[in-house]
Amino acid sequence: MKQIAFRGVLLLSLSVALVTLGTLLFTVFQDGWGQLDKTLITGVNSSDPHQAGARPAILATIEMGLLLLAFVVPIGVGTAIYLEEYANKERWYNRLLEINIMNLAAVPSIVYGILGLAFLVRGLGLGRVLLAGAMILTLLVLPTVVIASREALRAVPNSIRQGAYALGATRWQVVWRQVLPAALPGIATGSILALSRAIGETAPLIMIGALTYIAFDPTLLGPFTALPVQIYDWISQSDQDYTLRAAGGIIVLLGILLVLNRVAIFVRNRYQKRW
Amino acid sequence: MSQVETMSESPAAPVTIGDVAVQQAPAAEAFDVRGRDVVFDVQDVTVSYDDDPAVSDVSMKIYKNLVTAIIGPSGCGKSTFIRCFNRMNDLIPSARVDGLIDYHGTDLYGSSVDPVEVRMRIGMVFQKPNPFPKSIYDNVAFGPRVLGMKDDLSGRVQRALEQAALWDEVKDRLKRNALSLSGGQQQRLCIARALAVEPEVILMDEPASSLDPIATTRIEDLMHGLKENYTIVIVTHNMQQAARVADMTAFFSVETAADGAARTGILVEYDSTKRIFTQPSDKRTEDYVTGRFG
Amino acid sequence: MASRSAVAPPALQSSRIRWGELVIKGMLALCALVSVATTVGILIALLQPAIDFFREISVVDFLTGSEWAPLFEPGSFGVRPLVYGTLAVTFVAIAVAVPFGLGSAIYLSEYAHRRTRKVLKPTLEILAGIPTVVFGYFALVFVTPWLRDIGIQVDIFNALAAGLVMGVMLIPTVASLSEDAMQAVPDALRHGAYALGGNRVHVATRVVVPAALSGIVASFVLAISRAIGETMIVLIAAGQQPTLTLDPRRTVETMTAFIAATGNGDVPRGSIEYKTIFAVGLTLFVATYAMNIVATRLVRRFREVYE
Repeated sequence: MKQIAFRGVLLLSLSVALVTLGTLLFTVFQDGWGQLDKTLITGVNSSDPHQAGARPAILATIEMGLLLLAFVVPIGVGTAIYLEEYANKERWYNRLLEINIMNLAAVPSIVYGILGLAFLVRGLGLGRVLLAGAMILTLLVLPTVVIASREALRAVPNSIRQGAYALGATRWQVVWRQVLPAALPGIATGSILALSRAIGETAPLIMIGALTYIAFDPTLLGPFTALPVQIYDWISQSDQDYTLRAAGGIIVLLGILLVLNRVAIFVRNRYQKRW
Repeated sequence: MSQVETMSESPAAPVTIGDVAVQQAPAAEAFDVRGRDVVFDVQDVTVSYDDDPAVSDVSMKIYKNLVTAIIGPSGCGKSTFIRCFNRMNDLIPSARVDGLIDYHGTDLYGSSVDPVEVRMRIGMVFQKPNPFPKSIYDNVAFGPRVLGMKDDLSGRVQRALEQAALWDEVKDRLKRNALSLSGGQQQRLCIARALAVEPEVILMDEPASSLDPIATTRIEDLMHGLKENYTIVIVTHNMQQAARVADMTAFFSVETAADGAARTGILVEYDSTKRIFTQPSDKRTEDYVTGRFG
Repeated sequence: MASRSAVAPPALQSSRIRWGELVIKGMLALCALVSVATTVGILIALLQPAIDFFREISVVDFLTGSEWAPLFEPGSFGVRPLVYGTLAVTFVAIAVAVPFGLGSAIYLSEYAHRRTRKVLKPTLEILAGIPTVVFGYFALVFVTPWLRDIGIQVDIFNALAAGLVMGVMLIPTVASLSEDAMQAVPDALRHGAYALGGNRVHVATRVVVPAALSGIVASFVLAISRAIGETMIVLIAAGQQPTLTLDPRRTVETMTAFIAATGNGDVPRGSIEYKTIFAVGLTLFVATYAMNIVATRLVRRFREVYE
């Protein structure tokens, strides 16, 4: 009896999440479906909510996403490899490094926005530009990538390393040829999830000035807005028609994320090993 | 009630350990180590973890093209000792090796010695088979690839698998994942993997302890063939196995310090297998091989 | 096979240092330093203006004052209303995320059949992938009216709607990391426990969860931190009216909402208003950092190590 009750409780937990998700999607689609017209995707923002488009925002989001991957994967995986395979864990500076990363993962995204505001925009003089946005997002999700990569590396059994060392492989050979390939599915999944998170981030971008009225396509070193910021902008307008328009924008955003999610799931299901 | 029979000169004289008659393989005949090449000359070697000695003051010589067995009760540092020969203890930060291990005239732990070069010549097979999560081919080819032995890779792989008596079973499925093999096959794959880099010495740390008796027998038969071309050092807790395969046997035991806390492994006796099992010089050896303890 | 004894004694000396290996190690260490630079950057970014701020406003007034109105003449700089707002939302969020998240994780890891998992996990991941601005939309447009429909008197902007939605948003965070941790527990452990006669409840709660505890607790910490630091849901649905209350039915303003609302506008650089961003930011940072330390200690204390 206890078994069934326990199982029931667990299923209830799951259903809370699922029911809410369903309701949310239903609400969004109910409001936003009628907003999906060509202008939304190909047009620019406008003072008429029915004509408002999000093209600059969409383009900026995609560009930042690509930049993000190019930055965060090498740095994040490199950090993880250093910590797991190279660093002598007895040394205090390596332990500090580990603790630091765990702490950074817990830092609120808005603090990264503050960092961006202070350094990139005003400090480095980059200004409120797309590159600054990409850099801040990189720093934001870097701990996530490091943590996910470390877990993936740790999951590779030590016996594999021992076998490889015993054959005369150097440390990098062991890592590059045996450990990393075995850990790759976990690393890939973690990276894609980090990317998904970054694409949906709004607060840090608001802090570095993405909440502006943009009516032109973004460039790397020019003013920009991002899709979630554009959505927020529309929601916060007093005109209710803008709120509906926001729902349309949400559907577009969710569409992009759905594609990414599919890729991540595909990678995980296809390649995950149970040791 | 010692069951040890006196050694006779006749090769067919049965030797018993306990109540079990032990098959004496031809290679365990009395022979002469004088004149044989010495591969390792171990002098007063002590291995410590965080200053706690795991094995102390070991001195012995390993001879070329022989099977040398290291036996003893658990905890006497056999695995720790054998890992000195291919510098695998280097991978443990808290481990320290004192003393001298002379390998063909060179100090194995000399400051200018590259551990990678060491492991190229001294291979290892582990207790639990640990094939890489790759194809059978890639498993065997890994060593040659990382060591730059790229010529005739397929040939090397085939020869290694043949020497490990695995070729016939896998030659049609080299691309299959190594993890799909049985435990005994995986271990032979690991042996092939070690052979592929053409080492001089093969270290085996209880290679058959996780295998069933049939697979174990195949590994032991393998060793008889391999020692023609390789020097083999094997750690085993199975005395009968040592008696079957080894030419020389070293008996390690545990010494407890005066205060009863520290336990260290020490080499008690090292001699031809026949002597160890029929006419051991040390009483501790006699107690162990007759089953009185351990 | 060629006679091995004919091979000359091998030369073990390798005077060539493996430069490649050193360079690689250096590059990897450099990657690791990026995270150090980030922390240093955050500290400088927060501390410099915050110290300036606290030259004008005393720390005591800041921490104990009960009114937050920095733009008034004269301004009030008591941060407690913002803190209360954050707490109100966070309590609600965690009350939802932790039990339901862990329950989902246990189900997925220990109970669900392969096929069920294949369907449910991606679904939870979809929930995880939904941007916070969408959740904010949902809280404002659906949850608040719904709460009123079921008889709870909430303001148009209120902490309860935001907290509930935030809690659901955090379920995947807890579930995913906990489940990964449980998956990493070797099957051998489970099989051993079953072989000793344990049933599923037993194995799940007494073997797997303890073994995975470090990962599970880490997931809770991440959830709490994200709740405290969450901006968009509260910015959209909880309000921008600092109120000294823990009653989630009222309009509040959280620390994060204040920072976002003030930071996006063009507040003059040296002004006191500009500096409030950093003062509140520092408070936020210290709060989450302190919590993180507590959590790390917890993880260490309860960790069971296998192997």
